[in-house]
Amino acid sequence: MGYFDSFLMAVNSLSKQKLRSALTLIGMVIGVASIIGIMTTMEAIQTYMEKSLSVLGSTVFQVQKTPFMNVGPSDRHKYRNRKNIKVEHADAIRARAKKVANVGAEDWSFGKAIGYKQKTTEPVYLVSGATPEWSPNNGYYVDVGRFLTQLDVDYSRFVMVIGIEVVEDLFPFKYPIGETVKFEGRNFEVVGIIEEQGNEMGRSRNNMLVIPLTVYQKIYGKDGSINITISAKSSELLNGAIDEIITIMRAVRKIAPGKDNDFEVFNSESLIGFWNDMSRNLKIGSILISFISLTVAGIGIMNIMMVSVTERTREIGIRKALGARKKHILTQFLIEAVLLSLTGGFIGVIFGVLLGNVAASLMNLSVAIPWFWVVVGLIFCSFVGIASGFWPALKASRLDPIESLRFE
Amino acid sequence: MTLIDIKNVKKIYDLGAEKIHALDGVSLKIERGEYIAIMGPSGSGKSTIMNILGCLDTPTSGSYHFEGEEVSRMDDNQLAGIRNEKIGFVFQTFNLLPRISSLQNVELPLIYGGVSLESRRKRASLVLERVGLGDRVNHKPNELSGGQRQRVAVARALANEPSIILADEPTGNLDSKTGEEIMVLFNQIHEAGNTIILVTHEEYIAENANRIIRLHDGLIASDEVVRMHAMN
Repeated sequence: MGYFDSFLMAVNSLSKQKLRSALTLIGMVIGVASIIGIMTTMEAIQTYMEKSLSVLGSTVFQVQKTPFMNVGPSDRHKYRNRKNIKVEHADAIRARAKKVANVGAEDWSFGKAIGYKQKTTEPVYLVSGATPEWSPNNGYYVDVGRFLTQLDVDYSRFVMVIGIEVVEDLFPFKYPIGETVKFEGRNFEVVGIIEEQGNEMGRSRNNMLVIPLTVYQKIYGKDGSINITISAKSSELLNGAIDEIITIMRAVRKIAPGKDNDFEVFNSESLIGFWNDMSRNLKIGSILISFISLTVAGIGIMNIMMVSVTERTREIGIRKALGARKKHILTQFLIEAVLLSLTGGFIGVIFGVLLGNVAASLMNLSVAIPWFWVVVGLIFCSFVGIASGFWPALKASRLDPIESLRFE
Repeated sequence: MTLIDIKNVKKIYDLGAEKIHALDGVSLKIERGEYIAIMGPSGSGKSTIMNILGCLDTPTSGSYHFEGEEVSRMDDNQLAGIRNEKIGFVFQTFNLLPRISSLQNVELPLIYGGVSLESRRKRASLVLERVGLGDRVNHKPNELSGGQRQRVAVARALANEPSIILADEPTGNLDSKTGEEIMVLFNQIHEAGNTIILVTHEEYIAENANRIIRLHDGLIASDEVVRMHAMN
C-alpha cells in the first residue's frame, strides 16, 4: 500500500466528518493566522522601513546629539547633558573632511501653521531649517521653482520651499511660486515646490516647509542642537567618511582619547538595525503566542483523533481482518492528523496573509508575504500533526482485530 | 492437497480466577476444494476455531499449518499478510465500511495487498460483476439491501483470490429468501473451485456443505462427509 492510498483514505475519512474536521481546524487556523498575520505586518513595515530609511541613501549618514530611536531602557540624561551640535561643527566638517561630498546642517520643528492672505492653516506642518545640501542628502528634490541656495542661507533670505500638501491647502487655484506666505509672524516668498512624496505609514512627507537654517535660527534661536547630514563621495568611502567625521567631531568637541563620543552617527543601515532590534521583541512575542495556540490546537487534534480511533474501532478491525498491517493503520491515522493540521495551517496562512495585508494597507504599506514564516508555520503544523496524531495512531494500530470486530 | 492441518490445538483464556478452555485439543485437516460447515451451540468454541482458522488469533498450544506453513507462531504483521493473501472473510454483519462505495470496499484487500490503483479498480469491478452487482459499484452500503451488502462482502472476500473463504453466519442477518440467494452464491463460488468454511447454527444452511463438523465444549463432536460433491 502506497502513501498515496493512505492519503486518499485520509482525505476520504476527513471529508466525511466535515463539521468535526472544521472545528478541529479552528485552533490551528487561529494559531497560524496570528503568527502569519503579525509577520506579514512586520514584513510590510520592514519593507517600508528599508525603503524609506534608505532614502537617506547608501552614502548618506547623519550626526546628531541623541540617537534616532531609543531601544529599551535608556538613560535620557546621558544624552541631555551632551553639548549641542552647532552649525560650526558642520562648517568644521565641511572644511576638513576629504571623503565627503555634501555636508548639510538642518533642524526640524513640528506642528506649525502657515498663512496666505486671509487663510491660516491648522498647525500640521513640519518646518526644517536647511542648507542647500538638505535636498540631495534627504532625497527630496524640487519639482517646480528652485531649492534654497547658499546665498539664501548666507543672507538669511526669507524664502521657503513647500511640500505639495501646503500647495493644495493654500494655493488651490493659484501658482504659488513668487507668492508671499506668512509664517511665525514673518513674510516668506515661496521659491520652490518639492515633488510629491509617497504617503506611507500614515505619515505624510508632503507637509514640509523648508527655510534657510539661518532664518530658522532667527525664529527659534541658536541654542538648539542641529543635525548634520553628510554624504560620502562614494559608497566605498562611506565607512572611511564616518571614521573621518568621528575624528573631526571628537577633535572639535575636544573629547579626550578613551572617552565615548558625545554625539551619535547613524546611516540607513544602522537605522534599519534599530528597527530590527525593536521588531525582534514583537516577533518573539508573537512566536510565543502562536506556539501556545498551536500547542493547544495540537491537543485538540490529539483529542479528536482519540475519539476518532475509538469510534472507528470496528473499521480498524475490518481493515485488519482484510490484511492491514500495523504500519498501514498507523500511517492512515497519522496522515489524517497531519492533513488536518496542515489544512488548518494553510487556511491560517491565507487568513494571516490577508489580515496582515489589511493591517498593512491601513498603514498605507505595500503588500508582503512572509515566505519564511509561511514555511516555518507549515512545517511546525506538520510537526504538531505528527506529534498529536502519533499516540492515537499507535493506539489504533495496536487494536486487536477480534475485539475490534466485536465493537459496537 | 491439504490446505489446512491443525493438530491438537488448544485455546485457553486466562480470566484470572478461572481458565476457560475454548478449544481443548482440536485436530482437523481440510483439503483444497472442500465445502465445510462448522456447527455447534454457543460456547462450543465455534468462534474461537473460526478466529484461529482465519489467522485473527493464534492458538495457546498446538500446531497450525496453512498450505504447509506453520502460522501458529507468526507475529501480527505476518498474520495480516496471510489474511490478506490467503483468506477471504464474510461476516454475519457484513462489516463493510459505511462511508465508501461498494467498489472501494472491494478494493480494500487489494490496497493492502499492494495492487496498483488501475488494476485493483478493474479486479474489484470484475468481482462485483461476478456476484451480480455490476450495476451497484458506486453505491454505498446504506444504499443497498441486506442481500446486496452481503454480496459486496462476498466480492470483497473473493477480490484477492484467496485460498479459502471463511464465512461466519453469512445469512444470520438476512431474511430466509435472501439467505437462500446468498447460499446459492456460495455454492456457485464453491463450484468455481474455491474452498469454503461456513460457521452456522442453522441445519438447512449447513446442508449446503459437503462436510459438517460439529463442535461441543471445545472438542470436535462429529465430523462427517455429507456428500462428495455439492449439488444444487
